[in-house]
Amino acid sequence: MAEAQTGRRRAKKPRLAVWKFTSCDGCQLTLLDLEDELLAIAEALEIAYFPEATSRPLRGRYDLSLVEGSITTPEERERILEVRRRSRHLVAIGACATAGGIQALRNFADVAEYARIVYARPDYIRTLASSTPISDHVPVDFELRGCPIAKHQLLETVAAFLHGRRPHIPTHSVCAECKLAGNACVLVGAGTPCLGPATRAGCGALCPSFGRGCYGCFGPMENPNPPSLSDRLAALGMEKETLRRFWRSFNAGAPDFRRESARHGP
Amino acid sequence: MGERDGHLLTVAGLEALLQALTAQGRRLIGPTIRDGAILYEEIEGIADLPRGWTDEQGPGSYRLRRREDDALFGHVVGPHSWKRFLHPPRRELWRARERDGEVELRPAALPEERLALVGVRSCELAAIRIQDRVLLEGPFADPHYRAMRERIFLLAVDCGEPAATCFCTSMGGGPQAREGFDLALTEILLDGERCFFLRTGSAAGAALVAELDPPPADARAKSAAAAVVERARASMGRKMPEADIRDLLLASLDHPRWERIAERCLACTNCTLVCPTCFCSTVEDTNDLLSGETVRSQRWDSCFSAEFSYMNGRAVRAGTASRYRQWMVHKLATWHDQFGSSGCVGCGRCITWCPVGIDITEEVAAFAAGAAVPAEGD
Ligand code: SF4
Ligand code: SF4
Repeated sequence: MAEAQTGRRRAKKPRLAVWKFTSCDGCQLTLLDLEDELLAIAEALEIAYFPEATSRPLRGRYDLSLVEGSITTPEERERILEVRRRSRHLVAIGACATAGGIQALRNFADVAEYARIVYARPDYIRTLASSTPISDHVPVDFELRGCPIAKHQLLETVAAFLHGRRPHIPTHSVCAECKLAGNACVLVGAGTPCLGPATRAGCGALCPSFGRGCYGCFGPMENPNPPSLSDRLAALGMEKETLRRFWRSFNAGAPDFRRESARHGP
Repeated sequence: MGERDGHLLTVAGLEALLQALTAQGRRLIGPTIRDGAILYEEIEGIADLPRGWTDEQGPGSYRLRRREDDALFGHVVGPHSWKRFLHPPRRELWRARERDGEVELRPAALPEERLALVGVRSCELAAIRIQDRVLLEGPFADPHYRAMRERIFLLAVDCGEPAATCFCTSMGGGPQAREGFDLALTEILLDGERCFFLRTGSAAGAALVAELDPPPADARAKSAAAAVVERARASMGRKMPEADIRDLLLASLDHPRWERIAERCLACTNCTLVCPTCFCSTVEDTNDLLSGETVRSQRWDSCFSAEFSYMNGRAVRAGTASRYRQWMVHKLATWHDQFGSSGCVGCGRCITWCPVGIDITEEVAAFAAGAAVPAEGD
């Protein structure tokens, strides 16, 4: 039934590919982490390229490509074009692929300078001046946020593509997840700095459920208001320098967070 | 039966009452401390109540504080409301699967659980009444809500010390539970001893009173209870302007104030999700990877989310100003046309739990002032 829905090849299973660019592998490991569902996925799909699970890359075309990582080298800039050519649907997964990741901190600095400090032979390093999301380079059919992505969102997205429907991935704030879970708000109830009111849901309000503020792993929510949240955090005693860094982590390259961070310092 | 005159209950008598409710096969849900707030969770008896604690509330701020006494209900309302139980955040509606070319539909089982809600405030009784009108008395009754509602026991408590964010008296209510409860308590001190003036509001409540057989309240207990309520009424933390708010807001749809609010509003949805009357939800269909079995489930939604107004490929209310306006105008104005009352009971939750402390009473006051001086805005 699943195959029939994808239309093209009735007899053959749809092919899923996982591609890796500049990233830590955490997002593709989420797929392996789907212990209970992995067999069903393997039964429903042919997993055509999966660097963490099989060693040999396959050729051909793919029905669904999951792309992890950001574009940080000239080679990657070429390779993503090739991936797009081979993919019917391309889904960017994780903070790296959707916002440039933590490595987008370089976008605020001088990369040559970084390389000189970090590497013994900086002349061996061939890298771009910035770390950019997949959507800066090719059209992307869907984006899954998170550092790392959420298991249930990945499963929902794969199921939705298999059945030809739109995935249910909410774009509202983390606050809604806190309230659904019945958490008492850490910002209101304890004055704990929290990015939840500007961050997209997806993690199930993981940190606030343990009494911590949200770090913004899922990047900006739809229609966020970072300056107003910054005003509130400042009123709670957060210094300008801390504010600058608070907005500048895994999703530093997402425009809404980047702009807000820049308002508080270079 | 004597319920008009009320009874006197000791603290031990309250414990006996809670145990009698448990013996009826009910799960007790009441105020208890978790994560630095007073939440509505399962309790076993008075030992789980936030005895000796109170809540200090202000716009965008909530803190627990030790009381100087050992009052059991010396606090007001927190981030939870009873809609969590009557109209839960998430629930399954039905499942469907294809079998031999036929679609087989299985509706989710209705809840059979019997709950006793302990410590329900007057504003919350009013909120339940409002949700009844929406979810039971409209053209499409919600069977899940009905099943929960029909089995529920409501043990109300009068408020003694409103929070700085409370304004129930402005919304036609007051600190005293007046109707819609099974039993109602007023926490009082008689000769330094903590006890409760107990009023009966239903046959189920009367049956429990008959079973426990507490002594009737004397005149002293009654006047102590009246004094508690009077003091509370006189110390409301906030008030809603006395204008005709419905007409005021409907005349203010193009007011520049909406954009000013949107500069602060985070569109985070907190105000709607803590509100005891907001009832909006969305439905989602998800399906199993292999079998294709489809599950339709319902979850709380909010007029502050983009998906909420998504129609024909885009969100109709794209910006925050239009979302806040939708919320406030529905809550305070068009709710009258739709359901015959205001949608606000003055509990103050939206003020406390708004991360940036936007205050519904202050905003209405600004519109009222703006209406008087139209050229200025506010
Ligand atoms: S609108 Fe605010 S004050 Fe009114 S009932 Fe809802 S949460 Fe309470
Ligand atoms: S009014 Fe406050 S709680 Fe409501 S959406 Fe705006 S910022 Fe969030």
